[in-house]
Amino acid sequence: MNDVDLSTTVGDLLLPNPVMTAAGCAVSGRELDQFCDVTRLGAFVTRTVTLDPRSGWPTPRVAETPSGVLHATGLQNPGLQGFLATELPWLAQRQARTVVSIAGQTLGEYAELARRVGASPGVSAVEVNLASPNRDTKGRLFGGDAYQAGKVLAVVRRDVPRGVPVLAKLVPDCAVVDVAGAAVANGADALVLAHGFAAMALDRTTWRPTLGAGTAELSGPAVHALAVRRVWDVHAAMPEVPLVGVGGIATGYDALEMLLAGAAAVQLGSVLFRDPAAPARVLKELRAERSSRAVARLADVIGLGHHTHEPADEGEPT
Amino acid sequence: MSMQGGLDGLDQRGGPDQRVVQVTGEVLSVKRTGAYHHLTLVAPGVAERFRPGTFISLAVGGPLSGRLLRRAFPVHRVRATGAYGGTVEVVFAAVDEGRAWLAGAPAGTPINVIGPLGRPFALPKEPVTCLLVGEGCASAPLFSLAERLRERGCIVHMVLGGATEAHLFGVLEARRATRGVTVATADGSVGTAGGVIDVLPALLTRTEADVVYAGGPTDVLHAVAAAAEAHGAWSQTAVEVDMPCGTGLCLGCVLPVVGEDGVTRLVRACAEGPVFRGDRVRWGDVGTLPADAWGASAMDQHP
Repeated sequence: MNDVDLSTTVGDLLLPNPVMTAAGCAVSGRELDQFCDVTRLGAFVTRTVTLDPRSGWPTPRVAETPSGVLHATGLQNPGLQGFLATELPWLAQRQARTVVSIAGQTLGEYAELARRVGASPGVSAVEVNLASPNRDTKGRLFGGDAYQAGKVLAVVRRDVPRGVPVLAKLVPDCAVVDVAGAAVANGADALVLAHGFAAMALDRTTWRPTLGAGTAELSGPAVHALAVRRVWDVHAAMPEVPLVGVGGIATGYDALEMLLAGAAAVQLGSVLFRDPAAPARVLKELRAERSSRAVARLADVIGLGHHTHEPADEGEPT
Repeated sequence: MSMQGGLDGLDQRGGPDQRVVQVTGEVLSVKRTGAYHHLTLVAPGVAERFRPGTFISLAVGGPLSGRLLRRAFPVHRVRATGAYGGTVEVVFAAVDEGRAWLAGAPAGTPINVIGPLGRPFALPKEPVTCLLVGEGCASAPLFSLAERLRERGCIVHMVLGGATEAHLFGVLEARRATRGVTVATADGSVGTAGGVIDVLPALLTRTEADVVYAGGPTDVLHAVAAAAEAHGAWSQTAVEVDMPCGTGLCLGCVLPVVGEDGVTRLVRACAEGPVFRGDRVRWGDVGTLPADAWGASAMDQHP
């Protein structure tokens, strides 16, 4: 793919390349910038911002599983006001393409976050974190069913200015095609597939949950094939909807797989913990990928895995 | 030196934004030293930026490993130039599979190295008396610190402790590098029978130390910080906590620390530490979420 134009679009979001960071995995941007110029990313996705500051969960927050990273940090963040005062200005000053991740515990919180983040200068797009417990349904995740996810997207889309794309980041452990449909029907411009998978580990000595929060999410190469399947299924059902693939991408080929399954861009998450310079490496490796299939632009690659080799054959395997 | 005000009298240069390098280094040697492993890595660029108290983060397991998290090691010593280029030395116990792999890595094994990371030990601006306390291999970073302190005209005493003689690191080196060395082992095999904390109060009185520097597990640092405070000395503690990435990204290594504003925050040992003022860490609350910590009230709902 050496000669392929790697620019891509996610809804109205124009990116010079398809490699983004995943929410929470690059904190404020300053940490990552020591190893990887944040302005050269397709886009920088912030940690999830909530209305009030969150301390996060007690340690241990991160554990190793075979080919995986088990994590439960608890959305540690300085709250909306702190974010707007201390983290967003740096990203804006660096002119990084910034996607701000938001999460609320009520629809009202999502609406206020959407209004204030959407109106802030230096915000290229808003990513709606749907893996957030709904205070009004005894803590079930908003993203766990189509109805609640749709309601969140409706209030966020209403309050984010028209020119700012809204991305919905879905929970993978649900009827993901149904939730995807509801998110798009209620105004999501693009879908991010997907969050970490519900998971946990128990400690060999204490025989109690390993992590301080008890339950957790699994990320890393262990979930890559699971995430590719979510992208594949949603692209097959809604090929016109822009998708962002995230889950265990560690190499250029992992990124290419996501594009072939139907993603227009990808996000790197836990790989940054092992290799904070991964974005540049993944992009370089993506360029080095070879195929007998002729492509000129990244757009030609998106969803190509669904099509048989002969260009004349339009049939899609199901 | 005054006890009033922030870091009065102590000079903590560097910080989370200090320059850091990521290089593919190479194992030069791994030598057994008592219960520990002494690893020397060729890692160009790390030595030039090193300050005592900073650490390196290593990717372990090799390219085919499914073990993805990095391991952090306080730097024992660096050499900017030499027959092999810049080298970095660390000392560790093989307490998990990743460190055991490292302990067995043959010379020439490529290792991804990030460093130096974290905030260094704050150094006194004036030539004062310093007491350096190390438990087990957590004494490793204290020797380059002792050198810097002596360059500043400080008088340096050292206390080394461990479960047994095999768990003492650097006793000979300490004898060369300091005014006086006190040794304590839990089993009494060498020196005083007991822990470093058992010998500390008498030493603080005898040496009239102005600053205590310490490395070790949380309970030891807790006791050291308390003893220093009781004697009106500053303490600089290098915490020993798991750092899943070492670079500030994963938020996995937080501990409760009281800020200048009196507010407790969960801060990252890797980015805001690993060296903290001993009187600022809420040692008894490490591993918990104190109810009065900043942002704790928002945590009543599980994510």
